[in-house]
Amino acid sequence: MDDEVGGRAGGALVSVDHIDGDALRLRLSGRWTLGTRPPVAADVLAQAWEPSDRRVAVEGDRRLQWDSGLLIFLREVISDAERRHMPIEFVGLPDGATHLLSLARARPEQTASRNGAKGTCLLDRIGSRAIGAAQSAVDVLAFVGDASVAVVRLATGRARVRRSDLLVVMQDVGAHALPIVSLIAFLVGTILAYVGAVQLRAFGAQIYVADLVSVATTREMGAMMTAVVMAGRTGAAFAAQLGTMRVSEEIDALTTLGISPMEFLVVPRIVALAVMMPLLCLYADLLGMLGGAAVGTALLHLGGLEYYQHSVHAITLNDFVAGLIKASVFGVLVAVAGCLRGMQSGRTSAAVGGAATSAVVTAIVLIIVSDAVMTVLFDLLHL
Amino acid sequence: MEKRPRIEVRALDMIYGDRVIQRDLNFAVEPGDIFVIMGPSGSGKSTLLRGMIGLVPPARGDVYYDDASFWTAGESGQQRILRRVGVLYQEGALWSSMTLAENVALPVEQFTDLPPATIREIASLKLALVGLAGFEEFYPSEISGGMRKRAGLARAMALDPDILFFDEPSSGLDPISSRRLDDLILELRDSLGATVVVVTHELASIFAIGTNSVFLDDESRTIIAAGHPTKLLHECRDAKVRRFLTRDGTETA
Repeated sequence: MDDEVGGRAGGALVSVDHIDGDALRLRLSGRWTLGTRPPVAADVLAQAWEPSDRRVAVEGDRRLQWDSGLLIFLREVISDAERRHMPIEFVGLPDGATHLLSLARARPEQTASRNGAKGTCLLDRIGSRAIGAAQSAVDVLAFVGDASVAVVRLATGRARVRRSDLLVVMQDVGAHALPIVSLIAFLVGTILAYVGAVQLRAFGAQIYVADLVSVATTREMGAMMTAVVMAGRTGAAFAAQLGTMRVSEEIDALTTLGISPMEFLVVPRIVALAVMMPLLCLYADLLGMLGGAAVGTALLHLGGLEYYQHSVHAITLNDFVAGLIKASVFGVLVAVAGCLRGMQSGRTSAAVGGAATSAVVTAIVLIIVSDAVMTVLFDLLHL
Repeated sequence: MEKRPRIEVRALDMIYGDRVIQRDLNFAVEPGDIFVIMGPSGSGKSTLLRGMIGLVPPARGDVYYDDASFWTAGESGQQRILRRVGVLYQEGALWSSMTLAENVALPVEQFTDLPPATIREIASLKLALVGLAGFEEFYPSEISGGMRKRAGLARAMALDPDILFFDEPSSGLDPISSRRLDDLILELRDSLGATVVVVTHELASIFAIGTNSVFLDDESRTIIAAGHPTKLLHECRDAKVRRFLTRDGTETA
């Protein structure tokens, strides 16, 4: 009996027969490369075995063209023969291929074992998550505590913070953020005005768009939108910077030199954002009101002076103060979230990416939650 | 009077999660030693180093500097010990936002009241000692890997430590740069009288500079040989240590 099985035309050819009454023989010829789609060993062998077979012989031509395609086929033949406890011999195959096969079959230097694979039942996972969440809460508290101590040390002149670093961070989070804050604040102002106008026009009260935009911007949207921009821009940057410093052992180098990473890296960032956020918020308030005015004058045909007077009349100092307090709080939260995730980052590039993402998510959640709390609180305090 | 070891590791277990990295480590580093911690990749050499310099707390055991416990010393005690220690990290770990001179000057600025001009002089001197005179105003990203390591060494020496730790100093260096770094380590030991601990698996370095060593095994997770590297090469009976020291890749099952 002599069956011939082939892949693509002009490609790998294997003929199967039985010799000496006890051996299955595979004869390989042609091109055994991945591009020619060599036959799958299981398909070839499925029909080939006979009850009398006690060993396997694989014969080939030294001039056989081959690459990993041949090796994959042969490995499958070997494992099938091993399953049947049959010896296997190779005759005339290219030397390179047989060497690579023996390398691949050599005993691994280390046996890999993963502990993570075991114990993945639901209860186990819930337990692990709960322990992880509790540990994470403790870590956050410890970080906030350490950061607070470091800020107090700075305030009392005992912390070692490099002034030049602080100024560089301030410039980065302040002046360099102006273009994006301008764009977002202006556009949010126009959106507020437009949405307000649609409703107020029904009552012929479109002039109150000025009141709506100025109060909403100074009390709420200026601080909120600036904080969201800073969370995406600066919070993520803090996390990535500190995470990368952890990967490159720069934070370890600080620790072993006895320099507190908290004072040296975290405090300047928190202070810089706490100081710059109210300033950015004031600037965003102005741009937001300008955006509203642009819609009011261009689309609603309100007079510029009239719009200005309505705005000035509507807003009080309390509105500004409420907005600025919120901005400072948001600034601290964005900086703490960014620094916390950066300092917690693992030592791989994926971990740094994860830290940046997590910093943004944490910051935005904290912004919204704290905003809700502060809005209620300010209402109670009549601020 | 009996000579005290400069560093002593007693019954140290390093555990990461539920994985035992190293267990029951005991050894002493004498003053003036160039002590090599060697072993195959993955045997926990760097983890042991991190346990010795206060970056990762051990699960059990302690490290003693001149008979003073490190891990029970409290924060201020640990800071006092670390002031005597300089560390050269694998990739130099220079602070990337600072020039080389600022990198070397920072620890001096933080721990002394010296005037800025003197601090600049110190930074310049330390950089000159490692062959980087004239590179004061360069940033870490502007110099080669070998130069970054030497700058890292200059920073490690900034506060004139009497103990220097090196984590894989030869990794990523060509043979000539690696040899120069070895020579530099020898010179620094001789001229500063420092005690040096080197984590490495680079055979040429081990034999060139090591005066004492321990061999960490990646299977039993503990020390399986200790002594002068050359002596180990000739006298150690452990097949794994001999294969490592003779660069013999064959298996003896």
